[in-house]
Amino acid sequence: MAFELPTIDFMGRRKMAAVASALLVIVTIVALAIGGINRGLDFTGGALVEVGFATPVEPVTVRSVLDDAGLTGGVVQNYGSETELLVRMPPVTGVDQSDLGTEVAAALARAFPGVDLRRSEFVGPAVGEELTEKGGMALLVALAAVMLYIMFRFTGKFAVGAVVALAHDVLIVVGAFAVFRWTFGLAELAALLAVIGYSLNDTIVVSDRIRENFRSVRRGTPVEIINRSLNQMLGRTLVTSLTTLLVLLALLIAGGEQITGFATALTIGVMVGTYSSIYVAANVLLTMGITRQDLALPEKESAETP
Amino acid sequence: MRSNPVAGQNLFGTAVRQRAPNEIAAWRYVAFALVVVIACLYALPNLYPPDYALQISADNAAEQVDEAFLGDAETRLEVAGIAVKGSEMVERAGRPGALLRLESNEAQLRASALLDAALNPAGEERRYIIALSLASTTPEWLANIGGKPMAKGLDLAGGIHFVLQVDMVEALAKRLGDELQKAKDVLREERLRYRSPDDAVMTGDVNAIQLGFSTPSSRERAIEVLEEEFREPDYVIDEATVDGFPGLTVTVQDSKLDEIESTAIEQNLTGLRNRVNQLGVSEPLVQRLGGSRIVIDLPGVQDSARAKRILDKFANLEFRLVSLPEDRPSEVEDWIDEDGRPVTLQRDIIVTGDSVTNAVQSRDPETGLPQVNISLDSRGGEQMHEATSPNVGHRMATIFIEQKPVVVTEVVDGERIERRSTRQERRVISVATIQSPLAYNFRVTGLGLAEAQELALLLRAGALAAPMYFVEERTVGASLGDENIERGMLAVSVGFVMVLIFMAVYYKVFGLVANVALTLNLIILVAVMSLLNATLTLPGIAGIVLTVGMAVDANVLIFSRIREELKRSPPAVAIQAGYDRAFLTILDANVTTLFVALILYAIGSGPVAGFAVTLSIGIVTSMFTAIFGSRVLVHLIYGRRKLTRVLI
Repeated sequence: MAFELPTIDFMGRRKMAAVASALLVIVTIVALAIGGINRGLDFTGGALVEVGFATPVEPVTVRSVLDDAGLTGGVVQNYGSETELLVRMPPVTGVDQSDLGTEVAAALARAFPGVDLRRSEFVGPAVGEELTEKGGMALLVALAAVMLYIMFRFTGKFAVGAVVALAHDVLIVVGAFAVFRWTFGLAELAALLAVIGYSLNDTIVVSDRIRENFRSVRRGTPVEIINRSLNQMLGRTLVTSLTTLLVLLALLIAGGEQITGFATALTIGVMVGTYSSIYVAANVLLTMGITRQDLALPEKESAETP
Repeated sequence: MRSNPVAGQNLFGTAVRQRAPNEIAAWRYVAFALVVVIACLYALPNLYPPDYALQISADNAAEQVDEAFLGDAETRLEVAGIAVKGSEMVERAGRPGALLRLESNEAQLRASALLDAALNPAGEERRYIIALSLASTTPEWLANIGGKPMAKGLDLAGGIHFVLQVDMVEALAKRLGDELQKAKDVLREERLRYRSPDDAVMTGDVNAIQLGFSTPSSRERAIEVLEEEFREPDYVIDEATVDGFPGLTVTVQDSKLDEIESTAIEQNLTGLRNRVNQLGVSEPLVQRLGGSRIVIDLPGVQDSARAKRILDKFANLEFRLVSLPEDRPSEVEDWIDEDGRPVTLQRDIIVTGDSVTNAVQSRDPETGLPQVNISLDSRGGEQMHEATSPNVGHRMATIFIEQKPVVVTEVVDGERIERRSTRQERRVISVATIQSPLAYNFRVTGLGLAEAQELALLLRAGALAAPMYFVEERTVGASLGDENIERGMLAVSVGFVMVLIFMAVYYKVFGLVANVALTLNLIILVAVMSLLNATLTLPGIAGIVLTVGMAVDANVLIFSRIREELKRSPPAVAIQAGYDRAFLTILDANVTTLFVALILYAIGSGPVAGFAVTLSIGIVTSMFTAIFGSRVLVHLIYGRRKLTRVLI
């Protein structure tokens, strides 16, 4: 539609953007330090039971039924609708919890005949701990692998820019989960890695154009060249983000309760990722003083420049 | 692409470019059409919803499942007013099975209860295993070329997912006990007297067995003899002082320990597979997970309590002679018999349940009490014969071994942690006089009915080499499974349609091309997943949705490039340049995303892996359709005419 290139002076506001990013990251760190992240069953271990009733049942009623059955310490809450409830049992030491789901279901079936056991999960504490370690490791390995690939395909400065942008996105998504006390489970970890994938995609596309323009445009300061590149890619960046957000919206609305956390993490991630590919990666490039010499063409690769 | 004269930086410049991009190589059309046709074929089976079905197979060799049986079962159901859509003979776990196709989930459950009551009389040992299953309705011609629908994960199909931790310390202790027995046998054959301390088996940091001797010279002799049996590098024999006597230790080396662990897990896997078959699950999954864990998926199963009773149950038997007058004190142990009286038994074990080849529960014809008829393998039979023939008139004890989970809380570095382990409980279930030499077949009495049934089942399924306990369990009810599918499909459709509309509005004709490419991408993705036996899970569906959203990116990159190029070049050249220039960018962006998806696959179990698989396949297929596919389509639309203007 728009044949005229927009000429937004993105880099003119780069200091403001840097402050905004820094603020968000600080909020994240503070939230993590104060409340920490609300880790889900996958990481903490424990038991969880989801039940469905024919008619709406108050969580308080269910709570007292469980207390009477000697199943104390659980959190009962509505899940998705008034007829569905989720019972979470924290990991209890010294007790074999693998039968907890069965026990909760049996106690509820006695009190509410016809109750539907929709889902029951138990995760041993050791499994949860391992997963936490593996999950953290996976994030680091992903970042390292990405950095190496970009160093190989671009230059070290681009690699630093991309990794800073990715770390920025991951932190802010985690920060949102910490601030709002949303449960962070295995599905959300998967979403986080998908955010890395998405944001990376965006950053590389923009970096690619920046590199091309540094090589082909003879005049202009680095700021001008980067601005020009960002404007050229703006349409594409927005269209892709928009289509991705459209499907995520579909997931959020239609996907059901179990997928909500996943879709939320990705939605935030895509938005932050779009912003960071414009502001963070390019900003880091400028801060590190990117020059034409950094991108001097290796011989025999002239096919890439017109 | 560069082989195409239009695509390259051609010396003839504009002259060649004017000739328009209609010179697309014919093979591209052919290759593209071929991929599309094949993808459609292999995606097709997913459109045939499976039938609710029952699979019936014989639980023991005495029962026959054949055409006549099938006809009989079908008649029974029709008499009861349950319509049978179809019936056929199938293979199940290497044995013939009968498959009955039914109309609905409800009919399936009713039919299962009805047949169970009719085929398996109450109070007797089960004759037939009746499993709920979903039978494929893929047409034969499609199935013949390898077409099959994607398998649904537990979160969609409903079912139970277990992760079991194998207790390696116990496995090792058990194995070392066997080694100790072997060492003693060797020494006895050589008539070397040894003394074995109470803690002769050491596990933990030291994996060794210990034996003591009265003189250094008999130790020398023992080392010589044992070196034959316990060879390096698997074992190392050292001199040691045992209870103040000259002794020796046989230490099992690390390489051998790894082997023992692997064998233990393999044996447990086999045992578990047999047990899962006993449960009547049509498509179970039992496999090793990492070093010492085993994952079990039981689709369609809802009763987790029953599944657990059978799965981690560890029951075994030991046969020992009641002590003889000539036995030395170090060779005997004190026990309590089934009536609570003290009894002294030999330490040496004649035979364990590991040598059992078959075990059937029945009743004693005279007393009517439950008993288990046991058959031993050849080595076990020989050992039994050797031990009992010189001892007719003496008494022999049967010891029943059970495993109980133990949870101990400890405080380590100020943190309370839980140690789960298992404890073996042994009790004497019968002490009987040996009437005549025993060999391969004999019976065991002294158990209640339920215990006898369980013992027979567990001995038949094979003993587990090592105790196990549950570390993870997830049960998904059938209703939630159905709901997950419904919601997932809705999310895919809504997301897909929104993207289609947006692309058509924003990029007009090229948007339509992108939409066709996107649709093809979905079809190819489904086809590849079906062909790779990938399991569709809820996160997997999320992966598909995400792929739909992100797959347009490649086309968006190309189209925005074409728009830019249109400002300085004629349409045909702009199209060409758009595709060429965007290619490397797309490649870079997708390769890195693929990295991330692969890492995701490496760390993730179950749901995360499902997401990673769809994402990875989606990245590859979207590159194909967006670059290769959409280009063919653009040529199809614009390639044959002289272009003055394109709608983009």
